[in-house]
Formats: sequence, C-alpha cells, structure tokens
Amino acid sequence: MKPPNAKMQVSAVRSGTVIDHLGPRTAFKALKILGIAADATVLIGVNLDSSKLGKKDILKIEGRELTEAEMNKVALLSPQATFSVIRDFKVVKKFSPTLPDTVEGLIRCVNPACITQDPRVTGRFLVAAKKPLKLRCYFCERSMRENEIEFL
Amino acid sequence: MKKNPLLGRDVISMRDFGPAEIRAILDRCRGFENNRKPLLQGKVLANLFFEPSTRTRLSFDSAMKRLGGATIGFSDSISTSISKGESLWDTIRVAEGYCDVMVIRHPAEGSARLAAEATRLPVINGGDGSNQHPTQTLLDLYTLKQRTGRIEGLKVAFVGDLKYGRTVHSLIRSLSHFDARLWLVSPTSLCLPEDFLEDLRDSGTEHHIVDELAAVPDDVDVLYLTRIQKERFVDAIEYERVRNAYQVNPENVARFGAKLTLMHPLPRLNEVHAALDQHPGAAWFDQAHNGVIVRQALLALCLGAA
Ligand SMILES: [Zn+2]
Repeated sequence: MKPPNAKMQVSAVRSGTVIDHLGPRTAFKALKILGIAADATVLIGVNLDSSKLGKKDILKIEGRELTEAEMNKVALLSPQATFSVIRDFKVVKKFSPTLPDTVEGLIRCVNPACITQDPRVTGRFLVAAKKPLKLRCYFCERSMRENEIEFL
Repeated sequence: MKKNPLLGRDVISMRDFGPAEIRAILDRCRGFENNRKPLLQGKVLANLFFEPSTRTRLSFDSAMKRLGGATIGFSDSISTSISKGESLWDTIRVAEGYCDVMVIRHPAEGSARLAAEATRLPVINGGDGSNQHPTQTLLDLYTLKQRTGRIEGLKVAFVGDLKYGRTVHSLIRSLSHFDARLWLVSPTSLCLPEDFLEDLRDSGTEHHIVDELAAVPDDVDVLYLTRIQKERFVDAIEYERVRNAYQVNPENVARFGAKLTLMHPLPRLNEVHAALDQHPGAAWFDQAHNGVIVRQALLALCLGAA
C-alpha cells in the first residue's frame, strides 16, 4: 500500500534508495547499520505522521542503490520498513525486507559474560524466531528479544 | 561397526545433539565401563583450563591416560601468556601444534565455540561460564540410564537453585527430548529462567513449578539436587532459611521409596544430609565415576578411535 504522499517523497531522489516506514527515531541507526558515509547526500525525516505506524522516519539516500542483503539488515532494526530503488526519478524496484538467518557483527550481545565482548571477536547471531523477533548469540547461546537488541 | 556419532565433530553444546545422537553417544559409553585398551596411545590431549576446576580436569586426565594417551595443559590463566593479553584465538592456534584434541574450560560464555572455530582439531567444552558443560550433562544422562534402565519418560524433580545452575539447565533441555515429566522445586528467587521455561512450553514438556519438595509426587523417579550458594543471596538470614527448607534428608525422601534415584553434581554443601549416602538410590559418586567413562568415550569417538 502506498502512503498518500509517497510520490512527493520519492520524487526528491534522482537515483538512489528511499526507505519508508522506518520506526520512529531509527533513521540515524539505519544510516549507521548501512555504513552510509558522513559525506553522502541524504534526506532524513524523523517523527513524521504515518497512518500506518502513528509516527515514522524516512530516509532518502542519493546515489546509492542498496542491495537486498543491506535492506534485510535494516529489517533487524525496523521490520516494517519498505524500500524503493530509484533511477532517474523512477521507482525501478520496490522491496519489503525479510530477516536474514544469521547476522554478523552489527549487534552487541546482551550477555556481559559473552566472549564477543572482547573487541577482537566479531559477534554472530542466529535468528531464532522472526515474529516476534528473537536472536540467539551463536557463541554464548543467550537469546535476545527485539527490545534488548543493541546495535554497535 | 556402528557409525561414530562424533567423527569430525566437536563437543561444545548439548544444543548440537539431537535425541538420536544422544542415544548413540550413551550407547557407545557402555563399552568403556571396563575398557583398558590403549585406543589413544600416541595421542596427546591438551587440557586448557583458563580457570581452575580440579574435578573436571582430573576426570579428563584420567580418561585420556586410561586410554593410553598423554596429557598436557595448564590449570589457570595466571601463569600463561593469556594474562599478557594473548587472544583466545591465538592460544588455541598455538596449542593446535602441541596436541590431537583439546578440552577448554574458560569463564567467558561462548569461548569453547570460538575455540572450535579457531582449530581443525576436535574441541571438547569443559565448561564455558554459566553456558554449557556438555560432558556433565552426558554423564548425568548416562547415570540416569544406568540407574533407571532408560532415559525416556522419566519423572524428574530438580531441587534447589534452578536459576544459576548450568548443569540443571542443560539436563532439563536434554530431557525435554525424551518425554520427561519435570517438577521444578525452588524458591521463587532461584526459579528456572524464563528462556528455559519458554523452551519447555515450546517442546510440550510437562513441567510443574513448585516451591516445596512436598509438592513432588511419591512416584517420581529421580531427585536431582543442586547446591544453594551463599553468594546468590544478599540476605544471610534468607540464605539460612532457604538452605534448610530445601535440604533433603532420610525423613523427607522416605515416601519416595527405595526405587528413587538421588543425584547431585557435587561438590555439595549441606543440601544433602550425610546419612543419604547410605540410600540405595544415592548416585553422586557414580556420577563422578561415570564422568571418566563418558569422557573416555568422547575422546575416543572425537579422535575416530572407537
Ligand atoms: Zn553472546
């Protein structure tokens, strides 16, 4: 379903990716997860009204087409986010992310006694359940709920 | 010859083994009860104990030597390069050149899994913090089978500290594969964590959360007792109250009859009355002795010698 103002928002990007329906106040985290550089051209909308979510964030990233793997990463942060890939002001692809089976890095294990608290060790998490989201640390086996997930 | 369930594998977590594999491993253990064949002659086990655990270490040492193998190792991280900041990964890669199989005991949870990733050699987890201690779980299951003749359909009551005891967590999860019926007897403050309760619900395992031994039915097959440690309590009076309330003695187990099996991972404090050593079902020393048998089987299987 298109939000009523979708056209206006999308038209602002020449070529790149628009992320809509991000959970409120998750836009900056999403940029961090995607590794969008500080000098990239990005329009950020925070706490916008949304008929679907109440409040939402929007990101418009100029000059970068996200891969499906990248978009799926954002699903960890905001499972209901939707993506539009834009070329020459036209939407060439719409994408609703699915959660990956495993996640490398990105997240800090909730367990303070976990071996991955050592900065030399990269964390790895298995998606144990998708709805509601439950991750399990591959190393210490501790499970984490959506509200416990902390991004690096 | 039967298929080796551990060939080319590590023993890191009970999560890695399904019910058929657990049965296969326990079957293989039987053959080691009176084994004196030098199946592992010329092989070296590295006991990498980053924190002390005398019993686990001696048990692995004995198991390896009874199979004709040799052991090397250290028993804490103070005297090693670990204290100089060497990473676990590097320590394992170095040890790889010294041995054929490794046992790792480490306070950080997930350390054994990381060690297994670092080396092509088989790694056996000798306890990683409060996460897993699979050889303890397997020796418990082996003892259950030896005592009761089966591991399926047992009625088991776990008594005491169910919150912090990894031994209990891992055994409960394993028993959920085998149609167990469970009674979880603890003060509310030391109840089984929600994560494990959720797994029990998901697997459809019958379980009863109760706060006194009196709520356990007379026909239960096993009482699995645990240590109630003082450091788990802020209030010394509360600790005294709990440890007395959960003490098991000849009087309060009499109603379960002589067929009851009594288990405890040891070391014990006063949760078990000394007179219970005379109970026909007291299995704690068997558990300790079976530890050597089970570890012999695991070492031989991991090294493809059985
Ligand atoms: Zn962890």
